[in-house]
Amino acid sequence: MAENVKPRVKVPKSASAGDVITLKTLISHPMESGQRKDADGKIIPRSIINRFVVDFAGTNALDVQLEPAISTNPYFEFDVLVDKSGEFTFTWYDDDGSVYEEKQSIEVA
Amino acid sequence: MTRKHVAAALALAAMTAATAVRADPIDEAEISINGGEVTLPTRAPAPAFLKDVLPEVRSGWLYRDPDTRAMQMDDFENPAMVFVDQGLESWDTADGTVGKSCADCHNDIESMKGVRAAMPKMNKAGDSLWSLENFINDCRVNRMGAEEWGWNSPEMKNMTAAVSLQSRGMPVQVAIDGPAAEWWEKGREMYYTRYGQLEMACANCHEDNAGRMIRADHLSQGQINGFPTYRLKDAGMVSSHQRFVGCVRDTRGETFKAGSDEFRALELYVASRGTGLPVEGVAVRH
Repeated sequence: MAENVKPRVKVPKSASAGDVITLKTLISHPMESGQRKDADGKIIPRSIINRFVVDFAGTNALDVQLEPAISTNPYFEFDVLVDKSGEFTFTWYDDDGSVYEEKQSIEVA
Repeated sequence: MTRKHVAAALALAAMTAATAVRADPIDEAEISINGGEVTLPTRAPAPAFLKDVLPEVRSGWLYRDPDTRAMQMDDFENPAMVFVDQGLESWDTADGTVGKSCADCHNDIESMKGVRAAMPKMNKAGDSLWSLENFINDCRVNRMGAEEWGWNSPEMKNMTAAVSLQSRGMPVQVAIDGPAAEWWEKGREMYYTRYGQLEMACANCHEDNAGRMIRADHLSQGQINGFPTYRLKDAGMVSSHQRFVGCVRDTRGETFKAGSDEFRALELYVASRGTGLPVEGVAVRH
């Protein structure tokens, strides 16, 4: 089980309908690649976030498959076109089966 | 002058001009963070003892690339904030035989406001100059019954980062009189002493040549108001002593240890050179 995993998201509080807004997300996670060896020469097992999904008001906005080459604390910045108020759901899937979720709403006038 | 010489002279002039532009610190008066939520002045009048050598003291932020500067201007993009969060978590976590956390005595971490701005300072007993790290370890050992943290351990740097952030924006003001004067004097002497095979003193780079390039690196005044800082090169937090070790090592010298008497004295002197600059909480440098 990865330690100190903490998701963070940055979503503007409000926007006008049809605006393209920038979302930023970061999850603190070691992203152990499974390629490294410890002091005894044993392989450190792979432990990464393998999938990241963003939904907006029930519609999928982003679905990413992550690979072991991605560094510690994966950061995503992307644009979304919003036309109505709603809630963003951010979900990260860990190799160990853990699922981390974060939600944030936006007012669209 | 032949045509060839003129061309060469022009090329040289162009090169010099380009270098000068690239190497000067930028003009910005403040670091505006989170779109103006927090503003930190980047300059302060030089303290009295530096009046003759420096016109003003400047944040290292002014000497960095636009990308690096931008990272510090948004707390979400500042990679150091991940470590601050870990520090905040350990602030609330009980440790040691007494079963207490920092918060059990000190309440909210906001009570640490101002602490970083006055570091290092004489301890309560008045017999030694202590850095923030010493105060933290003193609490851990004597109040919590916990193990000391290593000076440059991740736990320690997370904690100093979280504590420093509470003083963000407060001007650095360290006591250099009374019992601290002796330490300050020792630190000052170190600052001007040439170390290593390359025989370089702190002053050779950070006083005589601040703003110029040393090979590919842009020399700043070597201020420590932004420490602990996120260093892109290390992809992690760096304490001021860690930076001191790096500098002395680069002179090809045998370095003092992080946390040693020598580096604490140097920390006091260097901190005093940045009197009036704001604590940048957690800065980003490369």
